[in-house]
Amino acid sequence: MPSLSTLLSLFIDGASYGMILFLIASGLTVTLGIMRIINLAHCGFAMIGGYAALALTSWMGLPLLVALPIAILLTMAIGFLLEQTIYRVVYRTHEFGQILMTLGLTYLMVATINLIFGSLMQNIPMPEPLSGVWLAGGLTVSKYRIFLVAVSAGVALLLWTTFEWTTFGTRLRAAIDNPRMARACGIDVGRLLSIAFAAGCGLAALGGVLGAQMLPLEPFYALKYLVLVLMVVTVGGLGSLKGSLVAALALGLIDTFGRYFLPELGAFVIYVTVFAFLLIRPRGLFQNA
Amino acid sequence: MRELRDPSALPEMRSALRTHRLGWFEVVMLAVFAAVYYLLPGYLPLATQVAIMIIFAISLDLALGYGGIETLGHAVFYGIGGYAAGFYALYVCQEPISGLLVAALVAGLFGVLSGIVVLRAKGLTLVMLTLACATMVHEFANSMRAITGGDDGLSGYRIDPVLGLFRFDLFGRTAYVYSVCVLIVVFLLARIVANSNFGLVARGIRSNSQRMQLLGVPVLNRLVLLYAVSGAFAGIAGALSAQVTKLVGLNTLAFTLSGNVLIVLILGGIGRLYGAVIGSIVFVVLSDRAAAIDPFNWLFILGGLIMLVVWLAPDGIVGRFSALTWQFRKQERRP
Repeated sequence: MPSLSTLLSLFIDGASYGMILFLIASGLTVTLGIMRIINLAHCGFAMIGGYAALALTSWMGLPLLVALPIAILLTMAIGFLLEQTIYRVVYRTHEFGQILMTLGLTYLMVATINLIFGSLMQNIPMPEPLSGVWLAGGLTVSKYRIFLVAVSAGVALLLWTTFEWTTFGTRLRAAIDNPRMARACGIDVGRLLSIAFAAGCGLAALGGVLGAQMLPLEPFYALKYLVLVLMVVTVGGLGSLKGSLVAALALGLIDTFGRYFLPELGAFVIYVTVFAFLLIRPRGLFQNA
Repeated sequence: MRELRDPSALPEMRSALRTHRLGWFEVVMLAVFAAVYYLLPGYLPLATQVAIMIIFAISLDLALGYGGIETLGHAVFYGIGGYAAGFYALYVCQEPISGLLVAALVAGLFGVLSGIVVLRAKGLTLVMLTLACATMVHEFANSMRAITGGDDGLSGYRIDPVLGLFRFDLFGRTAYVYSVCVLIVVFLLARIVANSNFGLVARGIRSNSQRMQLLGVPVLNRLVLLYAVSGAFAGIAGALSAQVTKLVGLNTLAFTLSGNVLIVLILGGIGRLYGAVIGSIVFVVLSDRAAAIDPFNWLFILGGLIMLVVWLAPDGIVGRFSALTWQFRKQERRP
């Protein structure tokens, strides 16, 4: 049996991994909830954010904390532009057309990133205060992981407040519950969706930049982590931010503990869990509609 | 608009009523396959890949186009078939045709087992369950490195001459003829399945499963059967690839392959079997050409092509073509 400190550091690793998954998945769950579109390109926005931060820090020499907001804004702008153009076509086609168009878009993103940055795995260097570890009574905790958990918890709190306590959040929830009814009540669902889409891209970019230590940047990033992110959304329940948060944390923890205790099985544990869970609750943790 | 009063005017009803007839399409296809053998001997390995991809796409067309089973994890059958054929050749017997049958049986059985669990779900959950199922098997194969070879793949087995007569040669002639023969058998079988009562029931379930349930059709039962048949065909495709290339890699189970076969089907057109043929030819040849011209950036071409096709021809190339000929005939009739 491993010691308590090992368990605790495993817990922190799992939680920070889960929080990254949540950041990336949060935008997807909202757009999926409203439009029922399986946006396979969503992980690509996390990748774009990560690479934008990489370019800003290593090519232009900006500190990470300055590069981060610029990268997020840039990704949001790209997301907004794509939503206004390509996704207008995606919305109109049939269900499988949507899956394929977003898959095609993902391929284009992968190819573009590959062309600009090359196919090697890249790492965003962490600023001095965040690298290194804290030692607290036999327990070693990487500062970066703590920072990650703190930031994502803050973002989750912010999201939750927006969702529950603002008019915008109310509209968004109405649009997720019943888009047609919301439209009939005079809510501009299309505009709402555009905003949610751009915001979701920004959140994914934040996850991509902050998570680059755990999910290293490479051109196939957009496809590699897509399955995990989709699973977070499905397990959490479509359109449910709370569900995504719980699901992401659970997946992060199960994956980390699974890899520690059953290393020979690797990622198998997490997929069996998800599969079994979806069989019992096909609509996820917090089912909407 | 289509004339709804006359059901035979609907393209899929027309194709369903025109059963078991040898059309011009089959004749042209056979001629093309024969011509490739004699005129383009340097391209036989590529043409073999096309034939295997066609079988795989036909199997997906049965599940998706006829039964409406939305799956993002069809590669699971391809991979299982491949590994089954590989293990069979490694441990039991090197005879190729029995290898195909074993692979079909194993993949079909997996289709029954996974179908019973997975097919209760619908829509997004079904898509996710098939994806989770495929990823699960992929990770399982990855973790059983001692048996499957992990990332290096399963290799080191021999395949006996086909029927004891035709040795697999260096130029891929036997492999090509063998694959095309298997393709013809699979195509005919798939056509029989698609045009049988069972195939019509499957189409009914796709259009309105609730109504079929009310008509007394055991919907889940039929879907599982269809899924298993489709899985068996996909298993044959995987086994064929395993026998021809003498290698089963982890990528035969990967998400990318599931995505690619969907792309093939959308390129060609869903629910008409011919779509699988056209789509496979376009996809394999194009990806080969694009990769030859620019090995690093061919995803540009692929990605762009998918988006263009879905945008401009949502029913696929064959669908676009048959819509055009239909319009043309209508104009002929009413001058």
